[in-house]
Amino acid sequence: MAIGFRVNGHPVSSDAPSETPLLWVIREQLKLTGTKFGCGAGLCGACMVHIDGTRAFSCQTQLADVAGKTVTTIEGLSATSSHPVQKAWLAERVPQCGYCQSGQIMSAADLLKQNPHPTRDEIVAHMSTNICRCGTYPRILRAIDRAAREG
Amino acid sequence: MTVYRIGGFPAVVSRRQVMTGAAGLTFAIALGRSRFSDAATVAGNTAGASLSPWVSIAPDGTISIMSPAAEMGQGSMTSLPLIVAEELDADWGKVRIVPVPVIEKIYGNPAFGGSLYTAGSTAVTAYYDRLRTFGAQVRRVLLENAARKWGVPVEQLHTEPSLVVHKNAGRRLGYGEIAGFAEVPAIAPEIKPEQLKKTSEFRLIGKDVMRVELPGKVNGSATYSIDLQIPGMIYGAVLESPIEGATPKQYDEAKVKAIPGVIAAVRLPNGIGVLAETPWAAFDGKAAVERSVTWSRSGKAWGFDSDEGIEAFAVAARDLDVPVTSDWFKQGDAAQALRDAATVIEAEYRCDYAYHAQMEPLNAIAHVSLLGDSVELWCGTQSPTMATDTAAKALGIPRDKVKLHYTLLGGGFGRRGHRDDDYIVHAVLLSKAAQLPVKMMWTREDDVHNGRFRPITAHYLRAGLDRAGRIVALHQRLAGDRVVPFMDPIRYQLAGQKDAILMLGVELRSYDIENQYCGQIYRDTGVRTSPLRGIGFTANKFVAEAFLDEIALKRGVDPVELRLELLKNTPRGRAVVERVAQMAKWGARRPDGRALGFAFIDYSNSLLAGIAEITVDRNVGAIKCHNFWCAIDCGVPVQPDNIVAQTQSSVIYGMGMALTERISIKDGAVQQSNFYDYQVMRMNDVPDIHIEIVATDNHPTGAGQMATPLVAPAINNAFAALTGRRLRETPMTPDRVKRVLT
Repeated sequence: MAIGFRVNGHPVSSDAPSETPLLWVIREQLKLTGTKFGCGAGLCGACMVHIDGTRAFSCQTQLADVAGKTVTTIEGLSATSSHPVQKAWLAERVPQCGYCQSGQIMSAADLLKQNPHPTRDEIVAHMSTNICRCGTYPRILRAIDRAAREG
Repeated sequence: MTVYRIGGFPAVVSRRQVMTGAAGLTFAIALGRSRFSDAATVAGNTAGASLSPWVSIAPDGTISIMSPAAEMGQGSMTSLPLIVAEELDADWGKVRIVPVPVIEKIYGNPAFGGSLYTAGSTAVTAYYDRLRTFGAQVRRVLLENAARKWGVPVEQLHTEPSLVVHKNAGRRLGYGEIAGFAEVPAIAPEIKPEQLKKTSEFRLIGKDVMRVELPGKVNGSATYSIDLQIPGMIYGAVLESPIEGATPKQYDEAKVKAIPGVIAAVRLPNGIGVLAETPWAAFDGKAAVERSVTWSRSGKAWGFDSDEGIEAFAVAARDLDVPVTSDWFKQGDAAQALRDAATVIEAEYRCDYAYHAQMEPLNAIAHVSLLGDSVELWCGTQSPTMATDTAAKALGIPRDKVKLHYTLLGGGFGRRGHRDDDYIVHAVLLSKAAQLPVKMMWTREDDVHNGRFRPITAHYLRAGLDRAGRIVALHQRLAGDRVVPFMDPIRYQLAGQKDAILMLGVELRSYDIENQYCGQIYRDTGVRTSPLRGIGFTANKFVAEAFLDEIALKRGVDPVELRLELLKNTPRGRAVVERVAQMAKWGARRPDGRALGFAFIDYSNSLLAGIAEITVDRNVGAIKCHNFWCAIDCGVPVQPDNIVAQTQSSVIYGMGMALTERISIKDGAVQQSNFYDYQVMRMNDVPDIHIEIVATDNHPTGAGQMATPLVAPAINNAFAALTGRRLRETPMTPDRVKRVLT
């Protein structure tokens, strides 16, 4: 039986087995490939999306878990890269290889939604779920600070 | 036929071949419009008149410039075309960057015998002179065409961005207009070095521009090979043998095929592949293979234990009766100088295997023709040359039957440039078996288990000091697992059986140490090995810089003073040392429980000095780095902000190598699996990092990995300053810290 949910504002359904990781449904069936596969184990955060407005590891979320829910991926964060986090990311020239950055941005957007003016320690605690192997952390920190200031 | 002068060597290439190659290229990157009107963009094809193999100009003034480097986060896709644009005097906002087709004789990297290979932080340094020349040649062609049109001497003309200007007559022509009528000479005009711009005339070099692929990296549109879907494709997963050289014997094929969505299981030379309709079915099928498969005992690494192995390496390094397999480096007569020395100091160090951990698990899509005589291949690779060769060899077909589409890389770090690289072979052989396009993906666990690692090394060093305490001899013996013979046997033979990836960095060229020797003790464990960011420098500079600190302590000399004394003939080295000492306030009192450690390195003509500030939690054995200062001189800084970014990056990479990252081998197999037992740096592990570029007018040199080897010795020296104890291994894990403190 197909499982229905919303992605980036649009109703979708998937006939994948109910225990299938949401990540693969998003990437291979819905072709929203901004959400990345990094570890498959909830350890790196490359697959981070928002489910009903809160961040979640899509590789650790089964398809059945999102039935009737609302999922936002990097593609749905804004239509024109205009989310304050995305703007700050470019202003601070954060990405290097870029592979983890969708997940970083989704985590950062989630942080600022909960806590519009986080302290440095709060940023570090929240963002340490996400690995960046290129080591863009100093710039991620600056970009979140900028997004908090510039909104 | 048109003859273009390439780097002084006339290369004969037909214009048609160039254009066909460029037009036939598809580079898989989404072409999102940039919001930055002054920024260049990326394109899949050139447009307009081809004025050289590197530059085409369209009537609307759009300038297509070829980019020969793989883009894995280091920024070369932008910085190389920018060098052409500088001398061309192009309006950067009108530039479209086009990744090159696989034509080595035009676009190959001079640092690697002309193959298309992005590695070793060589892109800017190796292409710099010729890209400037190519840009200047096209500018000259435009000037000469404008002069002919106006009937004036070319000397009366000059250029402004994308314009030829005749000041006396108040006339100007856009590059696009000129390209519309330009006659391109058969032989590109000669450009003398003095005709290139002076540093003070640069408009682009030294000024930061937006990297062209960055806008796509904040909205999910940047495309890596793992993101692609090819019409009609199915999915593939592979369980690779745990040991290089082992082959699959038996497995329960029926159980694999019983999984819904699994199409077939395929026996490969080094593993079992599973073809499926979906990725999850392919991974489930692979898990089923894993539960039942047995392997042949062929392959060399069976029985190898890395803890025992490194112990044996250490014995070989320290036992002078064990012969070296080759003399890597000799300067003066170190053995004699040791005999004559007033004091001899000796030390041993060891370094473990380490894993690249690029964030994109390796993957490729292959579409082999039904007859098996050609293949289309999509992958991220540091070497389009080697990727093409690998696919051709796997199928036994000529390389011109391989059509490669290379993509952005989700990290490289040296992992994606080997002959016979298995992720490509897997995709190609699965597609051949399926007679369909196959997207082959490794899981993270596969990526670790099939990893090709930074080698284990054991180091034995002796220094001879004269009566004044001056270092007159440095004698090193390095026993290490081989790299180049595994990754690229041809290169190893061409290099006279010297393993540069293992050995580079042992020679201390910047230091005034008259007599130096390092012997290479080659060992082949059978473990898969690879260049990894920092290559031999990471181990060898750790060893040298920690040892120099030991000598400084024995002599009672300040470690920075000792380096300044040794750098008396290397003013650029002294400059970065002095700068970083100022940045960190070396010599000023630190808060209780904190200490500083210093290191200096030269790395492919880039010079760096670093200082780490640490504390140690003695109960858990954790070293915490709070601040890291670094000064880097890599000559002319082509893109300064990006050099800072790369240096921050390579510091953090080096921290992982220094503190946590360790691969261990038992009975030949890798023990680690994922980011829970192979721990890379996260944001909460990272210190405040302070980078300064010491800009000089020297030829630009590498910046992509140079700080990685600085970190372990700086932290090691800080640890010794704080505790009075010396850690002799990397990574400096809590168990090792606790052992040395008890």
